[in-house]
Amino acid sequence: MSGPTIGESYERVGGRERVTGSQRYAADLSFDRVLHVKLVHLPTGRAAIRRIDTHRAEAIPGVACVLTANDLPQPVARFGPAFADRPILATGETKFFGEPVAAVAAETHDAAEAAAALVEVEFDELPAVLSIEQALDPKSPLVQDPSLRPGDAGADTNVLRQWTFGWGEAPVSAHLVLEREYWFPMVTHFAIEPHVFVALPTDTGVTIVTPTQHPFVLQRVVAAALGWPLAKVRIVAPDPGGAFGGKGWPKFEPLVAVLALRLGRPVRLVLTLEETFQAARRTSARIRARTAFDSEGHILSQSLSTDFLIGAYADIGVRVVSKASYAACGPYRTPHAQVVARALLSHTTPSTAFRGFGTPQASWAVESQLTEAARTLGIDSIEIRRRNLARKGEAFIPNDTPADGDWAAALNRAEKALAWNAPLPPNRGRGVALGLKSSSTASASLAIVRLHHDGSVTILSATSDMGQGARTVLAQIASAELGVTPDRITVVMGDTALVPFDSSTSASRSTVFMGNAVTKACAHIRRQIRTLAAAAFNADEASIDVVPGSVTIGDREAVSYLDVLHAAWGPPRGELIGVGEERGGGFRADHPLGGRPEFWEFMCTAVEVEVDRETGMVDVTRLVLASDVGKALNPRQVEAQDEGAAVMGLGHSFMEELLLDSRGCIRNLGALDYRIPTIQDIPRELHSILIENEDGPGPYGAKGAGEGGILGIGAAIGAAVSHATGVYLRELPMTPERIWRALRQTDPPAPPASE
Amino acid sequence: MTPLKVSFRVNQRDVEVVTVAHRTLLDLLRDDLRLTGTKECCAEGECGACTVLIDGEPVCSCLILAVEAAGQEIVTIEGLERDGEPSALQRAFVSAGAVQCGFCIPGMIMSAHHLLMTTPSPTRAEIQEGLAGNLCRCGGYSRIIEAVERAAKAQR
Repeated sequence: MSGPTIGESYERVGGRERVTGSQRYAADLSFDRVLHVKLVHLPTGRAAIRRIDTHRAEAIPGVACVLTANDLPQPVARFGPAFADRPILATGETKFFGEPVAAVAAETHDAAEAAAALVEVEFDELPAVLSIEQALDPKSPLVQDPSLRPGDAGADTNVLRQWTFGWGEAPVSAHLVLEREYWFPMVTHFAIEPHVFVALPTDTGVTIVTPTQHPFVLQRVVAAALGWPLAKVRIVAPDPGGAFGGKGWPKFEPLVAVLALRLGRPVRLVLTLEETFQAARRTSARIRARTAFDSEGHILSQSLSTDFLIGAYADIGVRVVSKASYAACGPYRTPHAQVVARALLSHTTPSTAFRGFGTPQASWAVESQLTEAARTLGIDSIEIRRRNLARKGEAFIPNDTPADGDWAAALNRAEKALAWNAPLPPNRGRGVALGLKSSSTASASLAIVRLHHDGSVTILSATSDMGQGARTVLAQIASAELGVTPDRITVVMGDTALVPFDSSTSASRSTVFMGNAVTKACAHIRRQIRTLAAAAFNADEASIDVVPGSVTIGDREAVSYLDVLHAAWGPPRGELIGVGEERGGGFRADHPLGGRPEFWEFMCTAVEVEVDRETGMVDVTRLVLASDVGKALNPRQVEAQDEGAAVMGLGHSFMEELLLDSRGCIRNLGALDYRIPTIQDIPRELHSILIENEDGPGPYGAKGAGEGGILGIGAAIGAAVSHATGVYLRELPMTPERIWRALRQTDPPAPPASE
Repeated sequence: MTPLKVSFRVNQRDVEVVTVAHRTLLDLLRDDLRLTGTKECCAEGECGACTVLIDGEPVCSCLILAVEAAGQEIVTIEGLERDGEPSALQRAFVSAGAVQCGFCIPGMIMSAHHLLMTTPSPTRAEIQEGLAGNLCRCGGYSRIIEAVERAAKAQR
């Protein structure tokens, strides 16, 4: 027996189902006696709810229930992964556009929709906090009731949390000090699969079916909202049709649970794409950067004042701000750093995790600063990074995980692949940016590996296979560790009644954390094989060598695992169960993030663009991605993740931005008005480079990957645009209009047309 | 709402259903015929996830009423397999690594299938034009282009 070797681009497990249409996503499942749920929201943002009349809605045939906050036990239960601040339904007032004030459950989707339209809500629009400036204005209304923030000295402000990170002494003098302000827009995840929430009452409690990234987080939050033990809440998570952080943290699961339990029937809520825009987004940010350099381009000091406009409820937004700000200075030797970061509440869609987890915002500023400094000082943009880049082993953040890769290698490879120094035609430019993301800190992954009595294997893992191909990689690991071909391995995921605990599928952590857990579970099986072999063959354990797929006892001929099982047990009876657990460095109370990052996710993005000065359109002629991945267990999947992240980042670089009107309504709500990159928006040429030094903490030296491509893409493109045009943009997205307007400041007006 | 009887052919099978006038073809395929390979995302004809072929032409089934499809020949993703085996195009999507979360893939493959029927050896620009109406959020699209190129080569 031999599995595919690690490092082989094994075909995607589940690929065939996905190309034939037989893959069952959450919305494809059917449930007996299911009721369809439709949410009722207001055509405005913040509003005081005066009265809700449900009579006409309830009169629609087939309507089982119209639920409002008044129907719930008072005070209305609140939930959230970090703060229990979000009510199951809006109570008293709506805090953002799209916050539901009622939910209709009916026999058919049509009836639910018709009834939802007949729920009459009297409301008064209230002044709303919609921008960073408004959030910081002491005259603005408070987004959260201070009573929700007991013991919090800032409860009478809209600053939910503030951090100061830093080290070193401020320099006495500097050759160049650049002080600039950068803006990063609100963007939405736009997974092609809209969110689906199903709840089923069961004999033992409640089952929630939803394509969540983190089944055990959801179990915890739903159990807390219901006041139930974890064991009474079962989460079933079908593979998501894209998630990107947007399906990580609970949204409407407590609501559907309450409905199902009240009605004693399964209920199903499928959001429209528009409603997904109103359910989750990336936080926007303003970053004020003051960076000091010596004459050779060495960074002397990095001061960042960052304001992140999170939404009306905390969701996981606070963690996004703290984690990204902590490592905001990037992969550079920074003698003096001061980062002041604030998470600001606003009357907007709750912001949540989104690929990159705050780092794309910080990188946009820090990398743009380096580019402008390089050009001001007459230093090449790659060279200035090389001079400042932390070397492997260097503690670039004091007392923390040191630089864990040969990062300069990525820079060098990208430089070559882009032909950095080749002559450029007019209106072309090149840019480079590095991205560094703090990976998962204190967290846990458990895995169970079952070796069946025919030699096949089942892996039980709560990792979510949301597009990254986690099943494939875990099967490859077990294949290599146990010598079983992948076609004899099944990976079971996404059911808290079957699979053991996992913290989350986030932070590019699964290959490292869950991969190590599976590796350890396989080792546990091999240890049991050794013990069984010793007894069955009457041999000393020390004389037994168990390698993947075979067992050698002394100088006898090697036997298979199955031979050992049959010798020990006789006819088929039982199986071996291996258990593995990975906790990394574990929890550290003294660390600002609760633990050190297990590894750094590092990416070098280099890009060449062509700018049309007449229209402001930018064509990406070449894109190079060089990531430090330790070891690519499945190179094609890693490359596909990097490329996907980069193309997703073309969105916030060029076109994506949620626009709000003065009441807080999203003006570009839906696919018609909010554009994401299409197949026609991609780079003309794309090169993915993987740096593999097997120096990561994961299986076979792997590090996490999959977010790198989105970290520096904005700054790399900005650098290339300014290289081509001489114009620096500091606000994303760099729409054709913004570029055109910026160019009008420098270009002479076009001569009038002759006719 | 008056029930209407509609008949058409779906994946080479004659189908007769009773439905209502406002029902989209997408809902009918997914809910009544349980052909759930066709996906719903934007429901306004922008994302392409619901693409099917009607009389050989790719259409967004979210924009077509079920009754409008009466008497026509519909092919969904479930109709591309031959003798239980995925088509060369479907296989190419897997082997090229074009499939990530997979939610956009049925619609993407239907558009690509139509492209290869009408343009057996498409250029890169023709592939981009042919798939411009299908959004993918996981990947960088380049592997989708590669999959279509592989399938084109395989069918030559």
